[in-house]
Amino acid sequence: MKLNLRVWRQNDQVDKGRMVDYTVDDASEDMSFLELIDVLNEKLILAGQDPIAFDHDCREGICGSCSMVIDGQPHGPQKATTVCQLHMRQFNDGDTINVEPWRAGAFPVVKDLVVDRSAFDKIIQAGGYVSVNTGSAPEAHSTPVPKAAADRSFAAANCIGCGACVAACPNGSASLFLGAKLTHLGEMPQGQPERYERVVTMVDTHDAAGFGGCTNTGACATACPKEIPLDVISQLNKDYLAATVGGKRRKG
Amino acid sequence: MSFSDYTVGAPVVDKAAPDGPIETRWERRKFGVKLVNPANKRKVKIIVVGTGLAGGAAAATLGEAGYHVTSFCYQDSPRRAHSIAAQGGINAAKNYRNDGDSVYRLFYDTVKGGDFRARESNVHRLAEISRQIIDQCVAQGVPFAREYGGLLDTRSFGGVQVSRTFYARGQTGQQLLLGAYQALERQIHAGTVNMYERHEMLELIMVEGRARGIVARDMVTGEISTHLADAVVLATGGYGNVFYLSTNAKGCNVTANWRAHRKGALFANPCFTQIHPTCIPVSGDHQSKLTLMSESLRNDGRVWVPKRLGDDRAPSQIPEDERDYFLERKYPSFGNLVPRDIASRAAKEVCDEKRGVGPTGLGVYLDFADAIARLGRPAVEAKYGNLFEMYERITGENPYETPMRIFPAVHYTMGGLWVDYDLQSTIPGMFVAGEANFSDHGANRLGASALMQGLSDGYFVLPVTIGDYLASTTLPEVAPDAPEVLEAVGAVNERIDTLLSINGTRTVDSFHRELGHIMWDYCGMERTEEGLRKALELIPELRREFWNNVKVPGTGAELNQSLEKAGRVADFLELGELMCLDALHRAESCGGHFRAESQTEDGEAARDDENFAYAGAWEYTGRGEAPILHKEELNFEYVHPTQRSYK
Amino acid sequence: MHWTVGGLSSALSGVVTQVSSKGAAGKPAAVKSPNPPAAKRPLIPAVLLKFVIAVSAVVLVGYLVVHMIGNLQIFFGRDAIDGYAVWLRTLLAPVLGNEGLVWAVRAALTISVVGHIWAATLLALRAKKARPVKYAAGNKVKGSYTTRTMRWGGVIVLLFVIYHILDLTTGTLNPNGEHLAVYDNVTADFTPERWYVTLFYVLALVSIFFHLRHGLWSATQTLGWSTNRREPILKAIATTFSGLLVVGFLIVPISATFGWI
Repeated sequence: MKLNLRVWRQNDQVDKGRMVDYTVDDASEDMSFLELIDVLNEKLILAGQDPIAFDHDCREGICGSCSMVIDGQPHGPQKATTVCQLHMRQFNDGDTINVEPWRAGAFPVVKDLVVDRSAFDKIIQAGGYVSVNTGSAPEAHSTPVPKAAADRSFAAANCIGCGACVAACPNGSASLFLGAKLTHLGEMPQGQPERYERVVTMVDTHDAAGFGGCTNTGACATACPKEIPLDVISQLNKDYLAATVGGKRRKG
Repeated sequence: MSFSDYTVGAPVVDKAAPDGPIETRWERRKFGVKLVNPANKRKVKIIVVGTGLAGGAAAATLGEAGYHVTSFCYQDSPRRAHSIAAQGGINAAKNYRNDGDSVYRLFYDTVKGGDFRARESNVHRLAEISRQIIDQCVAQGVPFAREYGGLLDTRSFGGVQVSRTFYARGQTGQQLLLGAYQALERQIHAGTVNMYERHEMLELIMVEGRARGIVARDMVTGEISTHLADAVVLATGGYGNVFYLSTNAKGCNVTANWRAHRKGALFANPCFTQIHPTCIPVSGDHQSKLTLMSESLRNDGRVWVPKRLGDDRAPSQIPEDERDYFLERKYPSFGNLVPRDIASRAAKEVCDEKRGVGPTGLGVYLDFADAIARLGRPAVEAKYGNLFEMYERITGENPYETPMRIFPAVHYTMGGLWVDYDLQSTIPGMFVAGEANFSDHGANRLGASALMQGLSDGYFVLPVTIGDYLASTTLPEVAPDAPEVLEAVGAVNERIDTLLSINGTRTVDSFHRELGHIMWDYCGMERTEEGLRKALELIPELRREFWNNVKVPGTGAELNQSLEKAGRVADFLELGELMCLDALHRAESCGGHFRAESQTEDGEAARDDENFAYAGAWEYTGRGEAPILHKEELNFEYVHPTQRSYK
Repeated sequence: MHWTVGGLSSALSGVVTQVSSKGAAGKPAAVKSPNPPAAKRPLIPAVLLKFVIAVSAVVLVGYLVVHMIGNLQIFFGRDAIDGYAVWLRTLLAPVLGNEGLVWAVRAALTISVVGHIWAATLLALRAKKARPVKYAAGNKVKGSYTTRTMRWGGVIVLLFVIYHILDLTTGTLNPNGEHLAVYDNVTADFTPERWYVTLFYVLALVSIFFHLRHGLWSATQTLGWSTNRREPILKAIATTFSGLLVVGFLIVPISATFGWI
């Protein structure tokens, strides 16, 4: 396969950045998209040029490192697939492919396709946990969890924190990420004591980090490689309103 | 220079483990440790490198205890450590099924599964703690699979007779790691843990023979910084990437461990590598990593290859009587469910006979046609649907219609830095947890035990035992400009400068790939004296070429992924040699280590307890210099060695 | 052996030992704290802004329903619709005074409209800040279309409402323009000669349809009532409801234009 790549190159946070054209003549359809970039990078290195920096680690769709917007779609055209598992058979010989970093004010570009997603960690720090110290746990079976709640919790906990939802959102909102964590913990009995405190502190941190507000466009859930359901945002809204307007944060 | 030779030094002894009845050893050790006064804890600084299950859990727990913790990870967030990729589950001796499980049975299975090359005391402690781990994770809100009654579901895993594996669909590692990550973030918020993301440890700082800090590189700015502490914990994972292709994450590396090894920490059993039988085969030279598919697939899939050499018909065109279901043929009682190492080796054998399938000839079929006929497609879909989808995404083939192709891949490394019962390495003040240490799995790890060990070390063992060191040791203050600190920083800078200045003609990846080929060919599933000797010639040659001909573009003062890789590959090039030497000296077959010279008449692994019932801990003496072997004798007071048989 | 030095004693002592002053964290100045405090957050959380939008929308939609039903009086003749207008002004007069209810409703509507636009504008401004750089390849994920419908559609609706008030409330732009002569005002407004007015009303109502279709479902999401299972039903209800409402509005100007009234 011959492919034309237009890749965002940016030296550092200060640099303005630009799209640069590359051609890969000997791509194979069995390559993953990241392996295509690997091949290109080896050529760039041998030609004395700077290789393209990009985040990646597990390359099996679970660590959430990879973060490329391919032809305007976070993680590319294949549904429920991260870039590392996107294979070149999804493209045609001679295609021109645009590769850009996540775009969001809260995710500044570090270099080329690498962005800073530390805002996600800040949101978790604000309350994305159950406050239980090591050693203080009761016997596991002392708290049964209805299967339906456990399943819904799991569907939300599936989030890999990649940030595709933010990259896809026209408002640059991280509500899907936020809602996923709130639903994961909020569906569990273990998450109840801090439920209404958690939603307020996490939403505040989300807003402070510079993410935009949700306008229910649904772009996030479409782009999500783990198919986090859109209604986790509904859950987030419900809990937030109950906590603030409904006064549950004070009453506990 | 080549260290095809070695010398044997004094035995290494684990002095921390109490003796006496095994059931009470951990209790007595916990009572025996000196405690750090709570008021003093916040003055004690501990560095934890790595944020996987072991490191994340340790940093969080030490932070909760009140210590002043500094944590490092090379990823952009601690949540991305490779523990996240573990699929199957986590073992615990809860006996919720009332199927006869117990702490003792888990202990027994683990010692036996490790082919009698693990320390009994450690394994028993692991089995005891397994139960607490489940309690802790459930309390954190980990969404384990549940039954309709709301109680935890378990399954049997990896051919074990009891159902003791707790799981969260195929993402158990992810959910457990997120639990530890969230506990860690809570401590970061509380101010007890300082987190450095995108930082890589490049050197250990030792003062007066003790570990007192690390040198780290900020992977974004290139800044080299020193961090001093009273104790250092390495929870930096395994070194399977020495094979280039493995199921490890691309960033997994041995650098932190190797730097510590060079400074005096013994490296134990480096050749003990686990090869997982059910991975998606390599598709071409561009391949950058191997993807594991859960072992559970072997419960319903049948493994076969064509009987005839060079039979290149499509699988559907090959009639039943021309297929060789080789696992069922060779192991009639266990069939497709034989342990990982046996299944892997059997696949290699048929591929060596040129009966392998797929474009590269390195693959065997895993066929679900019978299962689909027996159970119906919906049932198969319910069980394995997500795995089948993943397979199709990667290969472009539909496993409902055409058999999957699988091939073994490097998955886990049982070897690692030598630690005593307290998880302290031979460098006082340096502790090693999780896959990075060598302690609990012997020569072969059972399925669903890696997560158990990481969390056991991180949540429950290390936070207790590290206190004993801190409470019983007087540690003078280390000045930021102490000669030892400056020397460590100097060494790091010099190494980076050297790597950048070579400006040769080969990329780092090309060296890594070549090393991987050597390791896979000669130190992979089957090892021979001849092959290992050859590898011990090839690796030093390759290393020499690396240091003369590698091309690392860019500078050290920026995000430079080639430079990061170069440092890691340089260390792999030294580790690979030690692995081959370890494999060469261990002239027996045990667990994941199969020496062709040591097999029974019917081709099974033959262990040699008379000569090799020890952990081999190696002391570094210089690059390419003959290392010193220190043996830790293993005594089996409870589980008496027997030869495995799966016929 | 050099690796077994140090306090590795396994002596079983349960003694609590004071740790003498430990080597305090010697940290070179170059190392900055990796966890800087969070930035200042905006005064009003986005979730509350959405709540304002949803609640004001509920008020406005409620009004639209009453308004649409009231409009249909015109099909019962001049007396019915003109009488209806007078009746609205005397309704609850003993309590609120003459025209009291009308003014109360107008006040509620004004507050809702202002709140709705204010919150939407703030969110749009935040969105601009949160997504400062556009994709070279454009944003291909669905969603941007909806956002455009809501933002620009909303502006069109606002312009229409202003015109509509000047036309049929104050009568300023109405060819007849007589207060409370609803029937005459409407029939004078929508004539074949003034086709462009009718067309403008039709286009405005179509954009109200799109605005409502997304907005109604969106409100259920904002208020936390929507779930993935309910979503298709809620969306179908939103579409049907918006359709009926808009058709109910449309038949008046169309009928007037074609002389069916």
